[in-house]
Amino acid sequence: MIISGCPRIVGGKGTGPAVVTNQPINFLAMVDPKLGKITDSKHELHDVPLAGTVLVFPSAVGSSVGAYVIYSMREYGTAPSAIVCSRTDITTASGCAIANIPLVDLPRGVSVTGVKTGSMLSVDADSGRITAKI
Amino acid sequence: MELTRDEQEALKGEHGEALASAYRILAAIGEATGAEKLVPIKWAHVSGVNYNTIGDAGLKFLESFSKDARVTVRTTVNPMGYDRSKPAGISDRFQEKQEVIASSYERLGVTPSFTCTPYEVFDIPEKGSAVSFAESNAAVFANSLLGLKTNKESALSALASAVTGKAPLSDLRADEARNPKVEIKSDYTFQNELDYGLVGYFAGKVVRDSCVSLSVAMPSMMQAKALSAGVGTSGSCGMFRIGSGGNERISFGRKEAEEIMAELDTSEDGDLVALGSPQLGMGELELLSELVRGKKFTKRCMIFCSRAIHTQASKRGLAGELEKSGAEFMCDSCTCLTPYVSHEKYDSVISNSVKGAYYLNNSNKVKVALKDMRTIAKEYAR
Repeated sequence: MIISGCPRIVGGKGTGPAVVTNQPINFLAMVDPKLGKITDSKHELHDVPLAGTVLVFPSAVGSSVGAYVIYSMREYGTAPSAIVCSRTDITTASGCAIANIPLVDLPRGVSVTGVKTGSMLSVDADSGRITAKI
Repeated sequence: MELTRDEQEALKGEHGEALASAYRILAAIGEATGAEKLVPIKWAHVSGVNYNTIGDAGLKFLESFSKDARVTVRTTVNPMGYDRSKPAGISDRFQEKQEVIASSYERLGVTPSFTCTPYEVFDIPEKGSAVSFAESNAAVFANSLLGLKTNKESALSALASAVTGKAPLSDLRADEARNPKVEIKSDYTFQNELDYGLVGYFAGKVVRDSCVSLSVAMPSMMQAKALSAGVGTSGSCGMFRIGSGGNERISFGRKEAEEIMAELDTSEDGDLVALGSPQLGMGELELLSELVRGKKFTKRCMIFCSRAIHTQASKRGLAGELEKSGAEFMCDSCTCLTPYVSHEKYDSVISNSVKGAYYLNNSNKVKVALKDMRTIAKEYAR
């Protein structure tokens, strides 16, 4: 499966198993960057390791400091290989820009649930393409 | 997004590594928000000051970034983790780390305001001015009540705007996004700041647009602060308009309020009264001092406010009166993620802030008894 026409937010390429949620993420309140996991037990990605994955979620919410949490994940080696959002917010965009994490939006009309958790994804942000090997 | 030749050179690193990083951030957020160009801003307000929020990675980033970057517009900063004049209970390690972060910001040339309510402390630019505010309650307040134009910036994007003096012309800086599509209509009469905090938190959760219209009674200053903080905490919405507007209507009733209380009001009682998320202003200090005049707090009570407000309150005798009632002022810091209010020290905290309750529960890992200020004064001052 190929999803093309994904707007590039931060350039680069990244590959990994897809970790998909339809729930927004408050990086400051929910993510422990040392563990590379969501620690909020109410979130459906609770305790799922994010390192080396392609993280697919709608957008970040809440604290503006979340950008530093994304940067910290890179510094601690727990960051996703690439991130895909429905509609990237400023916190995720700026965090990925400083952490050099490739980041694209899904094309309008494509929902995050169109991507299956666990499938191997390659994100090429520069050409706006997500390739899934099933 | 189109960049000028000068901006492109800076992005390529021709004006130094720090400016290149700043333009990388601006380019990314410009793409994310569909901006056509960058515009000059009059004021940046930066978050990411508290060591408990940015950690060692953030500390190192700022140390390196501040070596050759300087702010080019008025830049104010969010609270840090503690009040330097009250180090009791704060570990030496935390104090050292916090000092390194504060020094990096000072080297960048910021005004060391350490406040999350810059709108209560500084002169406000003329209406319609573009600014770049990271702290979410301040961004929502600036858009909704001051007629300033900012997106709901991140700590890093506001920092990028502080050193470049520019921000993308998009979203809430453009006029179109400032028209709400959804109206939230309350079907009960609001009594206090807690009701406003709850409807704000609800609005942020259910509305994905940048601006929401709220059909509720016009809030007072204290209520408007609670509302802005509520909106900023739960969602991506960066502005509200009081009144009706939009094509879609969502009802906010007692049931919706109770659902949020079930999530955030996690304790019946607490060991500490913590007020100030956002930091308290003069109006709130006046009200509190009237409510507890001649009485003493029956629990430890911490008031978080900016140094500037504390100085004003001291001159007017307000700070002294509140201290007579047993309240302690913690300047330059706030309820959220301060080591003053850790789960090692307290099991549960009494607060009137929906935003405070969210972070106390989720980040400080303490339970919260959520009550409005009048109720707190009645129950915990005798």
